[in-house]
Amino acid sequence: MRLTYPSSIKIVKVPCTGRVAVIHLLRALEKGADGVFVAGCMEGDCKYQLGNIRARKRVEYVRKLLATIGLEPDRVAMYNMSSGEGPRFAEISREMTEKVRMLGPNPIRIKGVEKEKAA
Amino acid sequence: MIMARPKPIEEIVREIKDLDKVLVAGCNGCVAVCEAGGLKEVEILASALRMYFARQHKKMEVGEVSLTRQCDREYLGELRDRVGDYDAVVSLACGAGVQFMTETYDKMRIFPGVDTCFIGVTDEKGVWSERCQACGSCLLATTGGICPISRCSKRLLNGPCGGSSKGKCEIDKEVACGWQLIYERLKGLGELKRFEQPTPPKDWISSREGGPRKMTKEESRL
Repeated sequence: MRLTYPSSIKIVKVPCTGRVAVIHLLRALEKGADGVFVAGCMEGDCKYQLGNIRARKRVEYVRKLLATIGLEPDRVAMYNMSSGEGPRFAEISREMTEKVRMLGPNPIRIKGVEKEKAA
Repeated sequence: MIMARPKPIEEIVREIKDLDKVLVAGCNGCVAVCEAGGLKEVEILASALRMYFARQHKKMEVGEVSLTRQCDREYLGELRDRVGDYDAVVSLACGAGVQFMTETYDKMRIFPGVDTCFIGVTDEKGVWSERCQACGSCLLATTGGICPISRCSKRLLNGPCGGSSKGKCEIDKEVACGWQLIYERLKGLGELKRFEQPTPPKDWISSREGGPRKMTKEESRL
């Protein structure tokens, strides 16, 4: 399909979004990422049954935590799509990038930490 | 095990906001099982604190460690060479662990990072409930293995009371009546005759009413 999505996005592959822990999302922000979204399978279609449901709960937890430490909760989001939905992934990538761009750079980005190193 | 819940981050920030270096110390015992104070929670709290203070443009170094237990000196001793590098410790152990840390490092400021709640069990992943109040003289042998001290809201020794309705306690429709549970259990065991013998008044001296408790097992001492 040769779809394009913003080059600012770095993809971290996991076997299932159920592998994504709270600390992974926090570390990404702490190390300088402007935003993080978790792209899981459609709810009800998890190969491991509940991985994406668990991921959503963790994302919600992180969003609440961010609000308590003075960061915008919208820097973290959960999306669901099937592996066959390439165009949807590209669309969400653009949507998330635009949303984060509106929020501005990560205010806690530590000087000297390169964005590429953020997981 | 001893159950605890994480303190709100604002409460912890209030205690440490004027310091420069803080060590977040977890405990891999009970509080790790109830997901309040183990290594994972240490990492999350430390990361959140670093981001909070960075957001405030305040210099704050936050260290991370999680000990096997904080209620034993041998494990607390592992921090001996390290604790002096910090202005304070935020301990994610239960109240006992926090106090033992304070006693072990008497020059160090130690702040609690969790609220210790009760002795209980894991009902299901993410759900915990109370089972024991450590009263010091166990009644379970006479109550079918269900504790009236921790399961009855009034801690009645002879129940149920008039507040029991359809197996629930009057304080909350979600709370089971402890004495109804005891009755059903004894009925199932064919031991209802125990209800014919009222339980005599309990000597609460072994509970908190007798002041701070201490016990010694002579044969275990060195």
